[in-house]
Amino acid sequence: MNKKIATGTAVMAICISLSVSFVAAGDDDWWGDKDRGYGERSATVAAVMNKTYETECGACHFAYQPGFLPVRSWVKMMGNLEDHFGDNATLDAVTSKEILDYLSNNAADRKNQRFSRSILRSIPQETTPLRITETRFFTGEHHELPKRLVRDNPKVRSFSNCQSCHTQAAKGDFNEHRVVVPGFGRWDD
Amino acid sequence: MKRIAITFALLLLAQPAMASDVIEELLNSYRAEGAAAFDGKRGKTMWQEQHQQPQLGKAVSCASCHGTDLTQRGSHIKTGKLIEPLAVRTNAGRLTDPVKIEKWFGRNCHWTYGRACTAQEKGDFLLFIQNY
Repeated sequence: MNKKIATGTAVMAICISLSVSFVAAGDDDWWGDKDRGYGERSATVAAVMNKTYETECGACHFAYQPGFLPVRSWVKMMGNLEDHFGDNATLDAVTSKEILDYLSNNAADRKNQRFSRSILRSIPQETTPLRITETRFFTGEHHELPKRLVRDNPKVRSFSNCQSCHTQAAKGDFNEHRVVVPGFGRWDD
Repeated sequence: MKRIAITFALLLLAQPAMASDVIEELLNSYRAEGAAAFDGKRGKTMWQEQHQQPQLGKAVSCASCHGTDLTQRGSHIKTGKLIEPLAVRTNAGRLTDPVKIEKWFGRNCHWTYGRACTAQEKGDFLLFIQNY
């Protein structure tokens, strides 16, 4: 009898400690540093998987992962490519549809990823942001960066130039421990 | 024997287009549109010509994004994104896809000049880039 209780207690203890450590891992910030034990560290946002999107949009700017913005943002963006932040970026109908489908199917509100959830939470329901850099999540993560590191840095120039500092950005990895600011070196706060 | 012949034929088909062939083909189509003799020097001059762009509030040229040395990478004037070199001798993939060439003439002429390029201008640009 006592043995049974002892075994039961031990099993309980293991269960509790396992769930506690699970919660602790979940409590870590979304950069996923606690994922280390699972082999390859997970990306912070799903990588780009559509060649057409990468070729067409990625020609002029970093091919932002669709998980950065909600569906409504991508719909609005693709509906007005004649004035794409001041540039004409029109595409033929077939290409445009393929890209919109891809963006929509992988948007922040379609993918259950920690990073996308954080972005989504920072966007008020009634707004439809077109610039990732204007989401509260983005500004919160970058507010401490002085101008000389980004806008006034000839090797960076713009916050939209993700991969110039986030060395693994193309893989969907925006982990701050892998940030290297050109001309300034590692950035890790 | 037949199999070897077929393999050979497939290999030939798989060969990427040569820049010189693609350019010749495009130049011919520009001639058909009424262009006169092409001149790479004129292309070079146009490359650096500044055009006021109202949207940006400043003057821009092809070099604004592609740079003045075509063997080097350029960077997009607004986004800062790196653009691979245009010179065929440092970037063998350049000028090998007529559809891509036309597409970028379409986009970039509108961006820089605010209008489409003429057949003459496109030919001059192509020669300039090819012989860089």
